[in-house]
Amino acid sequence: MNAFIFMLPAAIGLALAGLAALSWAMKSGQFDDPKGAAARILDETDHPS
Amino acid sequence: MNATAPACPSGLSPPSASSVAQDPTTFVLMKDGVKSLDLVIKGASCGGCLSKVENGVSRLPGVRVARLNLSTARLRVEWEGQLKPRAIVEAIAGLGYGVTAFDPGKIDAEGVRAERRLLTALAVAGVGTAAVMFLSEPLWFGSDLPDEARNVLRWLSAAVALPVTLVSGRPFFLSAISSIRRRRLNMDVPVSLAVILALALSLYETITGGRHAFFDAAVMLLFFLLIGRVLDARLRRRAYAAANELASLQTATATRLGPNGRAEAVRAADIRPGDMLLVAAGERLVVDAEVVSGESEADLRLVTGEVEPAPTHAGRTLHAGAVSLSAPIRVRALAAANDSLMADIARLLEAGEQKKSSYRRLADKAAELYVPQVHATAALGFVGWLIFGASAAQAAYVAVTVLIITCPCALALAAPLVQVVAAGKLFREGIYLSSGDALERLAAVDHVVLDKTGTLTLGDPVLHNMSETARGALDKAAKLARTSHHPFSRALVKVAGAGPVAEDVRELPGRGVTGMIGGLSARLGSASFVGAQAGGGSEIWFAMDGAPPVVFYFDDAIRPDAVETIAKLKAMGMEVELLSGDGEERVARAATAADIVQWRAGVTPQAKARRIMQLEADGKKILMVGDGLNDAGALAGAHASIAPGGAVDVSRLASDCVFSGDSLRAIAQVVAIARTARIRMRENFALASLYNVVVIPVALAGWVTPLIAAIAMSASSAVVTLNALRLTAPRPSGKRGVT
Repeated sequence: MNAFIFMLPAAIGLALAGLAALSWAMKSGQFDDPKGAAARILDETDHPS
Repeated sequence: MNATAPACPSGLSPPSASSVAQDPTTFVLMKDGVKSLDLVIKGASCGGCLSKVENGVSRLPGVRVARLNLSTARLRVEWEGQLKPRAIVEAIAGLGYGVTAFDPGKIDAEGVRAERRLLTALAVAGVGTAAVMFLSEPLWFGSDLPDEARNVLRWLSAAVALPVTLVSGRPFFLSAISSIRRRRLNMDVPVSLAVILALALSLYETITGGRHAFFDAAVMLLFFLLIGRVLDARLRRRAYAAANELASLQTATATRLGPNGRAEAVRAADIRPGDMLLVAAGERLVVDAEVVSGESEADLRLVTGEVEPAPTHAGRTLHAGAVSLSAPIRVRALAAANDSLMADIARLLEAGEQKKSSYRRLADKAAELYVPQVHATAALGFVGWLIFGASAAQAAYVAVTVLIITCPCALALAAPLVQVVAAGKLFREGIYLSSGDALERLAAVDHVVLDKTGTLTLGDPVLHNMSETARGALDKAAKLARTSHHPFSRALVKVAGAGPVAEDVRELPGRGVTGMIGGLSARLGSASFVGAQAGGGSEIWFAMDGAPPVVFYFDDAIRPDAVETIAKLKAMGMEVELLSGDGEERVARAATAADIVQWRAGVTPQAKARRIMQLEADGKKILMVGDGLNDAGALAGAHASIAPGGAVDVSRLASDCVFSGDSLRAIAQVVAIARTARIRMRENFALASLYNVVVIPVALAGWVTPLIAAIAMSASSAVVTLNALRLTAPRPSGKRGVT
């Protein structure tokens, strides 16, 4: 029983952290241009923007 | 007139399309002194293109941001100062890319929002399912778990499952409510019922310290169903965007003349009735309008299907889609862009829409069969157990487990998954479906009605008697032809290629072009214009001083793979019919060339729609394929419809499906995939029913535990998913002959 007290909040906390990470990625445009991101990494010029 | 599209301007990979630059001034947005513009870039396909476009635009004075999204082919430019938007477009066009202004109003904002909502619901359901699963695991397997621990785990599950259901279940609950309001049953009704009852039963069991709780089943059900919904929403939005992009290549702007005679570029949507517009030679009219001044010829291919241009003069009404060919004309707008439609066609469209919205989908039919049966079984179980002496709580447990385990999971996934897979396959072929049920309707067609101009044919005339014509005459005629927008002139230039232009060129609307070539006067135009005897047919004559006139014949060439496609359609058991607004002779020739026996010429838009109705009344399921304004009514009225990418807006919107590219093969492809998809859907319904036949007795016997429910639900969903995915595999018939 004692294990529950630590394990359950930890597990639920991890799950919520995952959910938060996903929603951050969506909102900050990480999935807006997958093709462009793949191409940009090979681009040598420095873009300030 | 354009040369063939160049290879990928960055040199790394080939381009996808070419287009014409227009003045994007009306699309510029201004905020805090920073101007911004969104452009669609055609042909940008790799990292090389990306840096080339971004660097090219960044170099322009005042540009602060130039960012190209390679996935959506959209370039965002932000700049300060006096830079003309036209210069940006020209800079990009100069790099070799096609570019059009992008109207942000065309973004499917509703679709994007709906997808976001579903995606959030899916993420919540996913995390919730994982959480409830690991809370449930000890309950499934830990038979030696003390009661106290069981209670804690159950309450924790409830604490997760209830809020998750509130968020993730919303799309289903709302849809179920609206369906009940319309007194119809869709799959969301049993889904909602199963989820709510499962939660209610589980709460009851948890409070009373009963045996089993089904929090995991309820959340998992939502998770599985949401996967299907998200995929469906995403594909539909992508297809919508792709079809819209085809549209964005067409004229969206017009030149309006102010009261002081000043010309300004305006969006088509901003034109009001009564506005004076200037239509340049070669420009397409975006609204219905009356000609005020200027003599020209109008290309009506998209309006009536006639290849031969019609003379226009003051007082004549032109419909949206007409192209002024030989000279600029002034017109007065008669209607706004959205209302620019013949009233009759608008009525036909409305009737067609009503008919289509009353179509009952396979999934709805299945739901209407399934729901009463399963719910009756659950009720019987409840009554049966009561009769045999069980307590009301026990009997209710059995009834609810019946509902949970026969949860329409597999059934609700059966159709959407197949539609998603099929639509994805079509999408990759450049065929964009407008809705999931379009696939079911396409699968049922047995009679294809084709439009001629622009559908069966490419719409552009081609020189037909080239072998008989002297190359010298052709080269000289091309010098005059290069100055004209007349379709026949353009066809001549296509053969002759780029080159010099005659001097002193004048275009006489409705008659022809004159000019000086090497000091001699030359004429290109109708037979009477050059003083020759008309041969009757699609022809133009060329004459120079002191030489006998030369004639060029033209044909409306059928698409390269039309014959093959028609043969394939016939082999698939379909009748093929040609309905055209064009003249008899040309229609007959196209019909013969494409091997079509049934054809009618000179058909009015109303008659086209009437013919479709008549065929449908005879019990036939019609597939209409057309592109012009004159086809819109027929497209809307047919059981299913397809439009080529070059179709007018109205026709594209009235169609179930739009294909890009010059190939007619898409028609046979769509029908073939739709038919396979229908088979898969039926198989999936059969599998789901089979599953229910197996599990219902188990549930009625009262043997269902949460573990059994979880396994049964996942297994049945996996089976229908795998069956749907079989669509992506090459068909066995395609494998034959390949070793």
